[in-house]
Parts: sequence; structure tokens; C-alpha cells
Amino acid sequence: MSTTGINWFKYSSPQAIYPLAGRMIPWFAAVAVGVIAIGLYIGFFVAPTDATQGDAYRIIFVHVPAAWMSMFLYVIMAIWAGIGLGLNARPSFMMAQAIAPTGAMFTFLALFTGSMWGKPTWGAWWVWDARLTSELILLFQYIGIILLRSSIDDLRRADRASAVLALVGVINVPIIYFSVKWWNTLHQGASVTITAAPTMAGSMVTAMLIMMVGFWMYSFAVTLARMRCVIVERERQPSWGKPASIPDVVEAR
Amino acid sequence: MSQPSLSEALRGVVRRDLLLAMRHRSDVAMSVFFVVIVASLFPLGVGPEPAVLRTIASGVLWVTALLACLLSLGRLFTADYLDGVLEQTLLIPQPLAVLVVGKVFSHWVISGLPVVLLSPLLGLQFGLSGESLGVLTLSLLLGTPTLSMIGAIGAALTLGLRGSGLLVALLVLPLFIPVLIFGAGAVSSSLAGIGSEANLSLLGACFLLSLAFAPWATAVALRIALE
Amino acid sequence: MQWGSVAEFLAMGGYGLYVWPSFGVAALCMGGEVIAVWRRHAAASESHDES
Repeated sequence: MSTTGINWFKYSSPQAIYPLAGRMIPWFAAVAVGVIAIGLYIGFFVAPTDATQGDAYRIIFVHVPAAWMSMFLYVIMAIWAGIGLGLNARPSFMMAQAIAPTGAMFTFLALFTGSMWGKPTWGAWWVWDARLTSELILLFQYIGIILLRSSIDDLRRADRASAVLALVGVINVPIIYFSVKWWNTLHQGASVTITAAPTMAGSMVTAMLIMMVGFWMYSFAVTLARMRCVIVERERQPSWGKPASIPDVVEAR
Repeated sequence: MSQPSLSEALRGVVRRDLLLAMRHRSDVAMSVFFVVIVASLFPLGVGPEPAVLRTIASGVLWVTALLACLLSLGRLFTADYLDGVLEQTLLIPQPLAVLVVGKVFSHWVISGLPVVLLSPLLGLQFGLSGESLGVLTLSLLLGTPTLSMIGAIGAALTLGLRGSGLLVALLVLPLFIPVLIFGAGAVSSSLAGIGSEANLSLLGACFLLSLAFAPWATAVALRIALE
Repeated sequence: MQWGSVAEFLAMGGYGLYVWPSFGVAALCMGGEVIAVWRRHAAASESHDES
């Protein structure tokens, strides 16, 4: 009822986003595949073996980009949620909804590859380090947001309630990071200090950054594709109340 | 009829909630009893060695306090939601966030304060003594209001949903973690003899931060839930 | 090129057991997500056409 005033921005309506996203997805997907292939090539064939960690360090080519994506996506999701709450814009909520599962996936990936890296380098699958613990809590928050959304039937309430939770989580994650860091200095004996490899060869950094770009492109493609799913699914809901179906509109063009 | 001032409205909310709680005294007794039972289970599970009990005391008692707060969150808004009082509350001209503070305060008096008062006794069970007992009580006194504040957000978000009891736990427990770390940290650092001031100040900071943000977020969540 | 043979490449200097599962699970997760979104879109559009 209150979204009627937002037509001044052409691309803010789901009907406009659906075909636009459809045109963008193949490009992002192609670039993602190409860039990730280049990143893997440099990571495995150009970057040298690390002097201290041996070849185990090559896990960072997937671990570090996944960890970054998990945090970036959370922040982006929260920004969309905030825009949605502030402007009462339905597509922003849909975007937040589309991002959450990808973010949770990258968080899981960061935790899994982190423990795969941890076993050979620190000798333990898991340590209660600030970064690892915050990442785990981030996963809990992603899951909480997804669960909250799925347990509310009313779409409008689901959108807005999960947006509030996402925004509360944005305040929480840095606090958790610093509190665990503080907690670790107290329990010095049990913790392992984790620092990045002091000197990384140029090709190592290059491979990592290229993988990062690839993961960004992948995220764009997959969240836009999920956005399209969300648009079609919502259209079926009676509360959405739009007369013409989006595939029909696209066909007509 | 003249409009009530902000403090009058606040006092009205607190008085009403406490009065209702006094009529359901068994609810209060239940959460206290829950804490005692859960805390008593740990020595039976872990073993009676005083040294072990003393090291786990802060964590166990804090987690118990967390769970007690969580269990009582269902009572925070549900009754008012079911009988329609909450919708009336939304119409009160005073800012909703301030009324939320009132409700959270009375929730804390009912569910948090008994745990705080009981904690020295529970600490004794775990072989804490002297200064650590005081720090435990003080940390709970500073921390449990924060738990109620944060919990109110979760309670408002899940208001009236099916399976909301479990859902609110999943949403709120990750948000409780900093309070748990600082609260339990205060006790263990006092046991280690390095002073608990830093942890207690951080607990205080958490309280102020939650006082600034949580009532406002809860008010937004309540409006969303009742739309 | 630092790898003398395919076997050496797969061994990853003795860390193959950690490196390959990491990349394997990453590929599985990302590929699985793509397939899941694909199916979701197909299901959503299909049931849409029926109605």
C-alpha cells in the first residue's frame, strides 16, 4: 500500500529487475568461470611453494576469498535491509533475501577450509581464535535470519523482521570479534596466535585477489538468479497482487 | 483528560507488569528453581573435585543465567499480545521505546533479579569464595539487564509465530555471546588474581550500548509484528 | 612449472589430503548452489504457468 510512491525510479520495480537481471546473469557467470579458472591456474602453477607452510598454504586461495565474501555479503545484505526499512522498498528486501543463502554458504566454506588449513599448520582442526569464532557466530546469524524469514508466513512481516535482525547482527559481529580477542588474551595458554604469512610472494597475492574477484562475480550471478526466483515466487502469492505475470510481460516485449 | 507524562507512563507500565507477575508468583518461582536445578546438575556430571568446579563455575552459572533469561522471554510480550493490550500500548502517545524499557525492566525484576540474588548461594556450591562471589554477583547484576534488553528484540521479532520458543533461542543466543564472555571473564579473572575491573567495565559498556539500541529495535520489531 | 609429474601435483607436497578436500568442497558448495537456484527457478516458473 505504501510502496505506490516509489515509481520515480524506473528499475526499482520487480518487473523491471527481472529481465535486467536475466540479461546480466550470463555475463557475470561467464566472467566468474573465466576469472576463477585464471586464479586457480596462477594459484597452482605459478605461485611458488611457501617456505614455511609448504603447499598447504594454497588453501588460502579459496579460504580467504570465501571469508571475505561471507563478511562483505553480510554487510551488503544489511545495507539492503536498511534501505528496505528506510524507504519501504520491496525489491531491497528481496535482494537481502537473495543474498542470505549465498552468504551462509561462503561462511560455511570459510569455516571448512579454515579447519582444513588449521590441521596441518597449527595441528588442530579448530581453535577458539577471534576470527574463527566470529565466523562461526556469523554463520549462526545467517541461519537465524533465514530461519526467521521462513517461519513467518506474512511476506511483509518476514521482510521487515529479518531486516531488523540483520541490522542488529551488524552491530553484534564486531563486538564479538573484539570480545573473543580480549577473552583469548586472558586464556593465553589455550589459544594459538594466528597471523598471516609474513612474506607472501607477489604471485600468491595476485592469485588470491583474482580468486576474490571471481567469487564476487559468482556472488553477483547467483544472487541475481535467486532474486529472479524470489520475484517469480512472490508473484504467486495473493498478497503481492499484480495482475500480469512477469514471464508474460517479458514475452510481450 | 490530561496526557500522562513520560515518567508516569513508564511507571504505569512497570507497576502493571509487576502486579501481574505477583498474581502469577509460580512463574517467578519456576525460573528460580530452573536455575538451581541446572546449576546443581553440573557437579553431578563433571565430578565433585573442587578445583575443577571452581574453574567451570563462572561459565556454568553464566550459561544458566542465559538459559533462564531465554526461557522467560516468552512471557515478555506474549500475554499482552494475546489479549490485545499490546496493540493498545502501541497507540499510547509516549515513545514506544520508552515503554519497552519499562516492560524490559519489569521482566528483569521478575526473571533476572532472582538469579542475581541467588548467585552467591550457587557460587558457594561451586567452591567460589570471598571476592569471586562478589564479582559473580556484580557481573550478573550488570549483565542480566543486558540479556533482557537483547532478548526483548528476539521476543518481539518472533511474537506470535509457531515454534517461537525455539526460534527465539536461535536468534538471541548468538547476540548474548559478548555478555557471556565478559561476565564469565570477570569471575575467572578475579579467580586468577588479575582483577576484574576491565571485564566489569566492558559489561557496563555492553549494558549502555544495549540500552541505547535495543529498546528502539524492539519497538520497531513490535510495530512490524502487529502491523 | 614446479610440478614434475601429475602424482607430485596431486600430492601437494604431502598436504594433498588437506588441499584437495578444501577445493573439492568449495566446488561442490558453489556448484550445488547454482543447481539449487536453477531448480528453484524452474519449479517457480513451472508452477506459475500451471496456475
